Amino acid sequence: MSQWERLDRFLRTDPRDVGCEEAMAVLHIYADLAATGENPAERYPGVAAHLAACGPCADDFTGLLAAVASG
Amino acid sequence: MVMCVTLSPPAGAGSVASVELAGPTERELDTESADWLRRLSAGVGPLRQQAERELHARLVRIALAEVSRRSASTPVTGPELTDVAHQAADDAMLAILAKLADFRGESRFITWAYRFVILEVSSKLGRHYWRNPPVPLDAAQWERLPDRLGIDPEEHAASAGILAEVRRVVEDELTAHQRRVFVAVVVDGIPLDAVAARLSLQRNAIYKVIFDARRKIRRALVANGYLEDGGVERR
Repeated sequence: MSQWERLDRFLRTDPRDVGCEEAMAVLHIYADLAATGENPAERYPGVAAHLAACGPCADDFTGLLAAVASG
Repeated sequence: MVMCVTLSPPAGAGSVASVELAGPTERELDTESADWLRRLSAGVGPLRQQAERELHARLVRIALAEVSRRSASTPVTGPELTDVAHQAADDAMLAILAKLADFRGESRFITWAYRFVILEVSSKLGRHYWRNPPVPLDAAQWERLPDRLGIDPEEHAASAGILAEVRRVVEDELTAHQRRVFVAVVVDGIPLDAVAARLSLQRNAIYKVIFDARRKIRRALVANGYLEDGGVERR
């Protein structure tokens, strides 16, 4: 990826992005769908758009997935 | 054992998430979730006490694993990191018990419960950042921006023009609040949760500021010919 593409990707915003609050409100449902092999982005495209853009929320999602996997 | 609960959109949910939450009005709880609910909802006594002990032990385990997973990205270390984990587990436990009636069976109970402790860890690490911050607020380390954006050192010279334009837009076209938040998070690389804690704002408020700033900067770069509206262009 070129420097321009990298910058462009960072600056681009997705109108489907629901924001942190809405994403965190359904994170447990999203994580359970992912943990059971379903595609949560199909049911929650706005959450998927947010997790692709928000590092802290994506980190929370990663942590929750790891927690679920650990039992 | 199967337990049926009634589902409804959460109070205060925004329009998009509310639409996404629309779905079945009843859901069957799995056996383990129903068991957790039954025991935690029991009257004060050994059954409930045992369930609370089990849940708390799990929350502590998850919190310790989570702070360990995040240890490379936080200045919090050693015993303080362990304290954060225990505080997060304690606070998550209180929140879970207080909100038990809000659990609607949209996920497994334990996933719902783990979300509390993961979010507590995030929030607490953000607040603890300021006890020994590697970068102070308002440091404005513009020379670090290429690294923050993942631009290779050999491309720094070639990117100087567009990055100067980014800086011009940030300094001339963003509001003072947008500029302060953008510089802290994007230029100085301070964790978003730490900035939120320092400014006494929710994470979502900080994210929205960054979101609006990104859109404003991109619009300016398109207007000045650095980027194309529908794609990338090198000027």
